[in-house]
Amino acid sequence: MAIQILLNLCIALLWMFLNNSASASQFLMGYLIGLIFIGALRRFWPQPFYVQKIWAIVKLLVLFLKELILSSFSVIRQVIRPKLNIRPGIFAYTTNLKTDWEVTLLSCLICLTPGTLTLEVSRDQRTLYIHAMDMDDAEVISQQIKDSFEKAIVEVTR
Amino acid sequence: MNAGTMSMIIEWLVALLILFGALLSGLSSFGLVRLPDVYLRSHAATKSATLGVLCILTGAFLYFMLFLDQISAKLLLGIVFIFITSPIAGHLNGRAAYRTGVPLWEKSVQDDLKDALKRERDAQS
Repeated sequence: MAIQILLNLCIALLWMFLNNSASASQFLMGYLIGLIFIGALRRFWPQPFYVQKIWAIVKLLVLFLKELILSSFSVIRQVIRPKLNIRPGIFAYTTNLKTDWEVTLLSCLICLTPGTLTLEVSRDQRTLYIHAMDMDDAEVISQQIKDSFEKAIVEVTR
Repeated sequence: MNAGTMSMIIEWLVALLILFGALLSGLSSFGLVRLPDVYLRSHAATKSATLGVLCILTGAFLYFMLFLDQISAKLLLGIVFIFITSPIAGHLNGRAAYRTGVPLWEKSVQDDLKDALKRERDAQS
């Protein structure tokens, strides 16, 4: 991915030299032309076109923001409810993610999801111990983590 | 739509953002008093307080940008840094509390981590 961005910058610089002007608008023009070329020649790259990666990153950021808003509302709802009827607990969650980066991102996301908090990542990085505010929906939560977050993270990192 | 109504709408937006953020921060500090144990309190502290501070900073950023014509990059950086660091702070607080043996609330129903920690300590000794 990095090599594609670097090449795109090089094409933009080349465009600026060809036009003999060093303005920001010429740079943008060259960058767009480079984008078109790299997109057209994508079958020669071993890795996917880097715009897809950037789109996946944007999607992950939006997911982060959405989860933050939802979770703070759910916490506030529990706090201002007159009677506290929650059943907290700690459950183990097995993840399929492998590298340090992915596990870090996942545990940050879990800290921001409604009613969950990462307490511990086991030493082999296969199991995450998650403190849930309400154990009734622990199954739902872990299914949701598996479906949406892991998929979004894998899209970014692989 | 003329410039007057536009600026009024923006004014209301900024005011609502800051009010909302202050309200969220207040409610989450209320949660710190109300919730029974460390872990539940750190739920309140990490999530709602983060969103509250983010709302206040966004409101301040919009105000500076639209009324004083000054784009403050420091406020944007502050938003990003708070967004990155606060979940990690919550995680580390919870982990340190668990490792030093702070008990869960008595109504907690499940504890998978206890067995795992015990196994790990047995393996070490």
